Amino acid sequence: MLTVIALIFIVALVSPWIHKLFGNKSGWVLALLPFGSFLYLASWLPHITAGNVVQQSTPWVSMALFQVDLAFYLDGLSLMFGLIITGIGTFIVLYGSGYLSGDAYLSRFYCAVLLFMGSMLGVVLADNLISIFVFWELTSFTSFILIGFSHEQENSRKAALKALLVTGIGGLALLAGLVLMGFASGHWEVSALLNEGDIIRNHPHYLAILILVLAGAFTKSAQFPFSFWLPGAMAAPTPVSAYLHSATMVKAGVYLLARMNPVLGSTETWLILVGGFGLLTLLVSAWLALSFTDMKQILAYSTVMALGTMIMLIGLGTEMAMKGLAVYILSHAMYKGALFMVAGAVDHEAGTRDVLKLGGLRPLMPISFAAAALAAISMAGIPPLYGFIAKEIVYEAALEAPLWPVLVITLAVIANIAIVAASAIVVIRPFLGKKVETPKKAHEAPLTMWIGPLILAVLGVLFGVLPFLVDRSLMIPVASSVFGAPMDFYLSLWHGFNLPLVLSLLTLTGGILVYLVWDRLRESAPMKVYQSGFAMGPINGYEGLLAGLLGLAGWQTRTIQNGLMSNYLITILVTMLVAVGYTFITRSGLVWNHSFENMLLQEWALSIAILTSLGIILAFRNSRLTMVIGAGVVGFSLALIYLMHGAADLAMTQVLVETLTVILVVLVLIHVPKLIEVRSTTSRIRDAVVAVGAGVLMTLLILAVTAVPFDAFISEYYAEASYPLAHGRNIVNVILVDFRALDTMGEVVVVAIAGLAVYALIKMKRFGSPDDPETEGAAPDGTASKQGKSS
Amino acid sequence: MDTILPILAGTIFATGIYLLLRRSLILTIIGIILISNSVNLALFSLGRLSTENPPLIKAGSLEPLAPFANPLPQALILTAIVIGFGLLAFALALAYRSYRELGTVDQDELLKDAEDTSAAIVPKNDFKDGGDV
Repeated sequence: MLTVIALIFIVALVSPWIHKLFGNKSGWVLALLPFGSFLYLASWLPHITAGNVVQQSTPWVSMALFQVDLAFYLDGLSLMFGLIITGIGTFIVLYGSGYLSGDAYLSRFYCAVLLFMGSMLGVVLADNLISIFVFWELTSFTSFILIGFSHEQENSRKAALKALLVTGIGGLALLAGLVLMGFASGHWEVSALLNEGDIIRNHPHYLAILILVLAGAFTKSAQFPFSFWLPGAMAAPTPVSAYLHSATMVKAGVYLLARMNPVLGSTETWLILVGGFGLLTLLVSAWLALSFTDMKQILAYSTVMALGTMIMLIGLGTEMAMKGLAVYILSHAMYKGALFMVAGAVDHEAGTRDVLKLGGLRPLMPISFAAAALAAISMAGIPPLYGFIAKEIVYEAALEAPLWPVLVITLAVIANIAIVAASAIVVIRPFLGKKVETPKKAHEAPLTMWIGPLILAVLGVLFGVLPFLVDRSLMIPVASSVFGAPMDFYLSLWHGFNLPLVLSLLTLTGGILVYLVWDRLRESAPMKVYQSGFAMGPINGYEGLLAGLLGLAGWQTRTIQNGLMSNYLITILVTMLVAVGYTFITRSGLVWNHSFENMLLQEWALSIAILTSLGIILAFRNSRLTMVIGAGVVGFSLALIYLMHGAADLAMTQVLVETLTVILVVLVLIHVPKLIEVRSTTSRIRDAVVAVGAGVLMTLLILAVTAVPFDAFISEYYAEASYPLAHGRNIVNVILVDFRALDTMGEVVVVAIAGLAVYALIKMKRFGSPDDPETEGAAPDGTASKQGKSS
Repeated sequence: MDTILPILAGTIFATGIYLLLRRSLILTIIGIILISNSVNLALFSLGRLSTENPPLIKAGSLEPLAPFANPLPQALILTAIVIGFGLLAFALALAYRSYRELGTVDQDELLKDAEDTSAAIVPKNDFKDGGDV
């Protein structure tokens, strides 16, 4: 399995060249990759049907704390997802080649969509918690790229960012949840965790783990109120919407919860949280679908409804719910993938996907119509399609709900009525009725664009009429792996005359009635309020949060980084004073065991000289020469102090450098005008307080450190080793050029770079005046150029 | 002396910081000189003052004759002095250059200029012939 995923990633990266090589036919060539992966996964089917699982593992990162292996785990659940990902992926690559034919970025589409496919396969096949997270984030990332495919449009960039932020933040929560789970159980492999459910459920961190994992799953699978990013993501090209935002990526959250059901599930919290969010989502979004006229928006909200149904089923956790989940996921992937692709084909050929501007396309696009009709009948849950079986079982599961079954079934029926109406809208409006003039002259889509939807729609019929094709081989293993124990059932169209059938008839009748009054319903005031509350409300909340965050960032940047250097310095200094001062006082306290007794006369003299010069510097701030002289006196006094305490090298260097410093400063001062200090008294007092604080802190720190006995270990080592090891008699020099030679080299590099920079600053041409003769003719030593300037 | 050195270091540091916070770039530069001197002095006194004998090894012996001054801070300070000088030279050149380009060494003035050109990096054309000296 590692080979398959790695191969997909590699082909994705070279896909632009494959596209160049094969031109128009590249879609067919690249579709071989997902198709081959599909066949590979399908070859495991008999093995899985027999009740086995497949585990493959390659060691990767090994640490004391935990281990990340490239481990893969294939059971019924992951196999079904794998087959959906690769199977629909095959059609999507083909479809994309037709839909984006001639688009300059087609090769980019191939690359991103294949990268996504590899990541998504990784999510469902990975066994290790950490690698699940890595693949999970990769799907968010590729989704970001694909939603923002038309990056020239602000709308699609915004939608991409929205999706990334929502799923990305959820992803971080998921990481925390997975890590907590790993530490709580000591297992990092899902396959091992499946047997540790009791440990996790009884762990004190269970609630935290549950909420974090749910945050990840709910954001990814667009549960209310995080569902708003999914309709926004419809800004992506239709192949992307059909693939990522309907058939696969949004089901990652469903997959994760289904996967974790044996570990985290079957508690009351799980039932209420997972079941409750699912129920809320399916109810709210089903009716939202009816408030739009854009085919993709209608399908997007019906997708959210479907995701809500799946989440609710996982929450219910009964055997019937698991059976319903397996059937529902498969049937939804088929009909919704087909419907999205047809919606894209209509948009592509007729130039709009607003159902109000479409009509009578059936004679022009007969194959697309056939596919759409079959898929929509399946979505509406009408026999003999697979969607009917799915809906029947969902109703049965709702009737058997462990908590408030009457409420659950009522809400489920109300939601499904809206879905029946939505199914009718997306087929009847564009294809039947009077011919409407469309922006483009419509004709049948190319083969690449109808083959996928047609096959998926026909499969819906086939599985519906002959459910035994998939029930024993795939559905039972799927339901068993979600349930966590072996199950047995068979599917059939006819269940006898029972309550679910009555409810189905009720749903159908209700749906048809709603469809008939749809135009009035859509325009009615309650529907507008409903739409602005549930569709726009969360978006406004998100945008308000985002704007608030940006406002906060802007405010703190303007306040702290206002461009005035003294402000930056004060901020840094005050932070230092508080942090160091607090630590110093709490950890060490003031230390004083010093005295002035042994001071020699010359030491007093030097100290007084330094303090006097500092006073002169401060007093004569407007006489720059006086200040330079004062600074020079301080520097030379330091040289004397060094000399008196056995640091002859230091004294020599200090004298040389101090001389050079004074000369340099004076040279520059000649050319720069005097500036009279004109700051307010308040700011001068503020600066003085900060400066005195910093000075006092420094003094106290040194006094505290020097009060502690000195550990001369390193100094003694250098003294002992200097001659025997480095053959040098001046220990300071030996340290510099031998023991710490690398540091010294770094120092030389720094000085050399500073020299180059100084040279460049002085010799460089003036900005904005490339041929300024005055600067051009500067003398090589820099000094002359300054004089040229001042004249 | 080991009591007065920390006080001297702190005082020089405080003076340096105060100058660093002034409007004129020239005062800022003098502040930098003082700060680097005060930090060197702090390092020196942290290494303890014990004797006036430099850490040298007499010809014929393998180790210096105790007591000798601590060689480690000396090596550190030597490096620091040289780097400090490099920094100072760069700061001076920068101040000089910014004066030539923008016609002022006043930090508040520089900020106003930056706001006037609405943060454009390219300076205005009025500076073409030497600015408003």
